Amino acid sequence: MKHPLKTSLFMLSFAFAGLLLMQSCKPKGTSSAAGGDASKAYVAPGKYDEFYNFVSGGFSGQMPVYGIPSGRLLRVIPVFSVDPEKGWGYSEETKPMLNTSNGFVPWDDLHHIALSVTNSEHDGRWVFGNANNTPRIARIDLKTFRTAEIIEIPNSAGNHSSPFITENSEYVVAGTRFSIPLGDKVDVPIDTYKDNFKGTVSFIGVDKTTGEMNIAFQILTPGVNFDLARAGKGKSAGWFFFSCYNSEKANTLLEVNASQKDKDFIMAVNWKKAEEYAKAGKGVKKQVKYAHNKYDESTHSATSTIENEVLVLDPKDCPDMIYFMPCPKSPHGCDTDPTGEYIVGSGKLAATIPVFSFTKIQNAIASKTFDGEYDGIPVLKYDAVLHGEVAKPGLGPLHTEFDANGNAYTSMFVSSEIVKWNVKSLKVLDRVPTYYSVGHLSVPGGPTKKPHGKYVIAYNKITKDRFLPTGPELSQSAQMYDISGDKMKLVLDFPTIGEPHYAEAIPAELVMKNSVKIFKIEENKNPYVAMGEGKTKVERKGNEVHVYMTAIRSHLTPDNIEGVKLGDVVYFHVTNLEQDWDVPHGFAVKGANNGELLVMPGETQTLMWKPDRVGIFPFYCTDFCSALHQEMQGYIRISPAGSNVPLLFHTGKTKPSVSTPDTKDSGKTK
Amino acid sequence: MKKNFGLAVIVFAIFTLSCTNENKENNSSASNSNNETAVTTGGQENVKDDVSQKDVVKVAAGSKDHTTLVAAIKQAELISSLSNAGPFTVFAPTNAAFDKLPAGTVDKLMKNENKADLQDILQYHVTTSSLKAEYFTDGMNVGMVNGGNVTVSVKDGKIMLNGTATIVASIPASNGTVHVIDGVLLPPATK
Repeated sequence: MKHPLKTSLFMLSFAFAGLLLMQSCKPKGTSSAAGGDASKAYVAPGKYDEFYNFVSGGFSGQMPVYGIPSGRLLRVIPVFSVDPEKGWGYSEETKPMLNTSNGFVPWDDLHHIALSVTNSEHDGRWVFGNANNTPRIARIDLKTFRTAEIIEIPNSAGNHSSPFITENSEYVVAGTRFSIPLGDKVDVPIDTYKDNFKGTVSFIGVDKTTGEMNIAFQILTPGVNFDLARAGKGKSAGWFFFSCYNSEKANTLLEVNASQKDKDFIMAVNWKKAEEYAKAGKGVKKQVKYAHNKYDESTHSATSTIENEVLVLDPKDCPDMIYFMPCPKSPHGCDTDPTGEYIVGSGKLAATIPVFSFTKIQNAIASKTFDGEYDGIPVLKYDAVLHGEVAKPGLGPLHTEFDANGNAYTSMFVSSEIVKWNVKSLKVLDRVPTYYSVGHLSVPGGPTKKPHGKYVIAYNKITKDRFLPTGPELSQSAQMYDISGDKMKLVLDFPTIGEPHYAEAIPAELVMKNSVKIFKIEENKNPYVAMGEGKTKVERKGNEVHVYMTAIRSHLTPDNIEGVKLGDVVYFHVTNLEQDWDVPHGFAVKGANNGELLVMPGETQTLMWKPDRVGIFPFYCTDFCSALHQEMQGYIRISPAGSNVPLLFHTGKTKPSVSTPDTKDSGKTK
Repeated sequence: MKKNFGLAVIVFAIFTLSCTNENKENNSSASNSNNETAVTTGGQENVKDDVSQKDVVKVAAGSKDHTTLVAAIKQAELISSLSNAGPFTVFAPTNAAFDKLPAGTVDKLMKNENKADLQDILQYHVTTSSLKAEYFTDGMNVGMVNGGNVTVSVKDGKIMLNGTATIVASIPASNGTVHVIDGVLLPPATK
């Protein structure tokens, strides 16, 4: 074995030397094993990647964005966790975004991505992400790459089956992973699961123009665990498919007890019908409590509102709305192909991959080809709805993406590989190893009607020796394969943050053309904006001291502040006066034990500080902004409680002046 | 092993040959295929950005009274530096100010062999900090990029530099401030 390996290595290095010699030469095609594949990931300095790759940040709660094919990390969008790099959750303006019915939650777990679509194709407007633990959905505005809205999901416990999206972004969904007791009677013995525990899937409406979310309706379901979901496309666009496991309704040791049956279910929801029922008043309004948080780009501030009502549809009152399709064993991924005809269930404990036919599903419903009921809901006959099974695909199938040529790519966790197979013929065409234990995978445009193909990216769960060791924890590895030919070819490894679950890739031109460069200062409606250095001031209101500060290369105004006393709460409202792309300013004051700020051009952000000792405290700009960044600093003097040091502030030669509280417009809006 | 080695040589040879051919093709077929690997020259002046406020270079370039200055900045290869984050204060002599210099001075400075002199003069018009008009005080010294100092006098609201040039207008820019002046500042001979 050793001998041929050495030989091929030798050849490889020889060919590589040739490549080096002919630097400007680019081999056509991918015939050269050494150079051909590696060159596919090369993006020359100053050149752009072809795709944005929005990836779940897993247990980090954030959403990193990579360039494809280079694998370069372009940005980490803060979503469900505080992010000191961006001030997210630290500034007074962003804190409300992380508010929930449980109060401020600083860290959650983001699993899945859904890019907005029009006619089942990416439109580049928004990307949605789910909070798995405290059930929420976030909408990120792709003009700013910022989280614009977060809505909490009531009657849910673990929002895993989320935030998949319908063909024209009418709804994103939220299926609960855990079933729980709902309503008034929630203090029950856990072993009464079968009697008292229920599941829900929620349909969250998305405003066509603004993207604003609202919970349109929830469907009450039997007490199973919902795992993943996909909307139909084309002919099946009015339907949604949810994989579910634990049809055994086990409440303990699910590792064993939720695998007793040969088949669990994919739940097929006729959401158009559900929508009609909701409009026809078939639902019941339930009293609940959930937070709805919005970030306003004109005030540069978030608001959090607690909502109290949700419309619940009970299948008992809504016939022909949901059906169960048997699916072997504990299905995880549930993916619809680009035509909308085929629904692929990936039972993680199954020896085959079942592929269902939408046409057959419709026929079975019409002819009532049922196999009994599950909690009063019709179960369709497996053989009647099955297009066929992929035989011996590999071990532990999890997720499936598609290319434009009728092929599917399924990740195999246990056998650590991606398997390519043809959707119609169900024949396995190719398989490549992943390093190691692949979870989700992503083909650019893979979940849409028109996949772009080119690459498949594996998001692996285990890294081990794949990168330089960094102690017990290594960043999860992603692997990109070229799928333009018959055989998949490994091109690139790149590290990711958190633990990536689902990801989507979108052509760069759909997003980059809309990217915002600056916020216009004249449109800044933050109640604490200082619209120019002449408008800076320091105001005292009781024990609150409000500093209306500006930052511009290369000074802060005011940069000398006195008359603040122990017991005061100081609010630094910092407005970045720059109107220049990529020139943020930062702000930090010594002794502040709750954070710092990062302020974009034209924006106002606020740091609250409770000084705890007497003295002089320096503050400065934390983002290297200019040649005189190091000069961008100032002092605030904290005097003892009860001292009579007058309030004063200035910068440079500005004559010290004292502000008297303006009773007219003094901070009523915050 | 030997057989494989021979194969590798052949592969290498084919590879080299085909590359050579391709290079020739590339050379003959315009610069299209070279775009991907061409090294970008210049700096932030090339950034496509119609949204941000104009920087000091773009402010000057947008003024019909500063064509001589802009041409000189180009000739002195200072465009990239002045498109940087700064912050800068640029004392920007008008075309009329340059015209006040002895005849032929500008033409001489614009010659390649005199680039160092031109750079010295232009750098004597730039300081690294954004000074608004109200920051200037009588008797203040401003350290310029070329290493020299400019002395400021303020009398009756009129700001003069080195007693020879007056600030006639001040324009904020994204990366600093442009003060339009009515005379060219000549750096004192350095020794």
